Amino acid sequence: MTTLFQGRRPWHIARTLMVVYYAYMLEYRAELLFWVLSGSLPLILMGVWVQAAETGQFALSSLEFVRYFFAVFLVRQLTVVWVIWEFERQVVEGTLSAKLLQPLDPGWHHFASHTAERFARLPLVIGMMVLFFLLYPAALWQPDLTNLGLGLIMTMLAFILRFLIQYTFAMFAFWMERAVAIEQFWFLLYLFLSGMVAPLEVFPPMVRSLVLWTPFPYLISIPASLIVGLPVNLTQAFLVTFGWIAIFWMLNRWLWHRGLKHYSGMGA
Amino acid sequence: MSIISVHHLSKTYPVAVKQPGLQGTLRHLFKRTYHNVHAVQDVSFTIEPGEVVGFLGPNGAGKTTTLKMLTGLIHPSTGDIQVAGHVPYQRDRSFLQSITLVMGQKQQLIWDLPAMDSLRINAAVYGIEEREFRHRVGELVDMLSLESKLTQPVRKLSLGERMKAEVLAALVHRPQVLFLDEPTLGLDVNAQVSVRNFLREYNQRYGATILLTSHYMADITALCQRVMLIYAGRLIYDGGLENLLEKFAPYREVTVELGEQSASLSPQSLSDRLRSYGELETVEGCIARFMVHRDQLPTAIARLLADLDVIDLTVTDPPVEDVIGRVFQQGHVT
Repeated sequence: MTTLFQGRRPWHIARTLMVVYYAYMLEYRAELLFWVLSGSLPLILMGVWVQAAETGQFALSSLEFVRYFFAVFLVRQLTVVWVIWEFERQVVEGTLSAKLLQPLDPGWHHFASHTAERFARLPLVIGMMVLFFLLYPAALWQPDLTNLGLGLIMTMLAFILRFLIQYTFAMFAFWMERAVAIEQFWFLLYLFLSGMVAPLEVFPPMVRSLVLWTPFPYLISIPASLIVGLPVNLTQAFLVTFGWIAIFWMLNRWLWHRGLKHYSGMGA
Repeated sequence: MSIISVHHLSKTYPVAVKQPGLQGTLRHLFKRTYHNVHAVQDVSFTIEPGEVVGFLGPNGAGKTTTLKMLTGLIHPSTGDIQVAGHVPYQRDRSFLQSITLVMGQKQQLIWDLPAMDSLRINAAVYGIEEREFRHRVGELVDMLSLESKLTQPVRKLSLGERMKAEVLAALVHRPQVLFLDEPTLGLDVNAQVSVRNFLREYNQRYGATILLTSHYMADITALCQRVMLIYAGRLIYDGGLENLLEKFAPYREVTVELGEQSASLSPQSLSDRLRSYGELETVEGCIARFMVHRDQLPTAIARLLADLDVIDLTVTDPPVEDVIGRVFQQGHVT
């Protein structure tokens, strides 16, 4: 996205994109509920880990597991990304052409639609959170405001990183019929190494220290840990996250410029 | 100075070839073979500001590929292109501000929202002020007769309304150069006429340059004085439509209505007799239609009137579609 709004009234463009895509997302208000519910895997895993914690020795207590997976649920809801499916369809069907004809990088349309979707989803997520604490009041806790703030900033960065990673994989649609296959393979690593299935605290120390140099834990585990007040090396967290954002940004732009030379605009 | 200049433009695609059957599938899996498709070959032309040019060719001739290169969507394999002073594939902002491309009815409008929302995005992206935006939309809505349609979801619009809304969205930034790929495809006659009239008015009002492909000859005859014919990737004609028709339509279409005496002949013997006057096209009841070479027209008509019981006779130019079709069948103009 080197053509970053090309210096012309970026806020006006960003605001217009957000307003229009928010309206677009609200068109799918019924579907939104199912999309929110489809992100309930952490709540299922919460039950599994609480059972395990009651019978075995783990780094977290059963209540800490509950809060951790609750925070995972929240982070997942705020970092859902589907850009690869959209972009692949645009390349395969040739509808990317219409966006390429405009003096705005098509990536900003995707980024705006994802961001707008967060706002459309938020009331449902809050509703689910309230319901959760009504059903399980023992899990309610008063978060430390600094930690909560840092956790939410980290969640925002996690969304940006996750978006960039998937959008970078999406660039392979210029060469492959199904770039989604890369994402599906990556998702397997993401599932286990991000802390979605198990908190990093239960990983063997050697594995944990290695994983902390990959982008995965910064997509879920670190923001979730910050929200619930688990110890996090903040300097490493921000440095590694910004490092991966920079790497994927550069890779993305490199593939974009090469991909455009390969684009045939087929189907349109 | 030309607004579009194209020199020795070519585009070659590698296309994977797969034989049918299991053996072909397995061979395709382990060893893919490709052959090069020469979609556009050594095409050169220039277009002056304000011209409306028809770009014609059969399916797969290279029209759309050429348009995609002219709009910077794809890179040429060889050759040079300049459009409005820019190299299209470099996609400079000022280039994108000065052109538009309309291809089909599902292009840039967001399907589930009213067209006005998509237009607002375009206004922001192209840096059009609110007042100016309202003025332009109002003007285009009038020209396209789209009143009250812009606040309905795009998916609820008819095909013609959707096409007009796409055209509106493509023109709200008031481009100098319009590339239109089949802008009236699938539209009913009224909608075709409406889009056609709009394009003529837009061209006259803003002095815009238009390069248009269409399978409807009515679009071409109504809008274009100049046509370019592309066949198998090569430009085979570039000049006036009238010249082409004169050059390539040495035939006239003769329609005769026969009286009872001639119509009472058996269909076989009637057809045999009619064939002696020219190239017989159809015989329906007592009406026969055939093509006669221009040089032989007086003699053929004199013989026809002397030999048969003729009630009515008309001589017309053949439809443009037939002429162009004949050029493409032959594959060259000279």
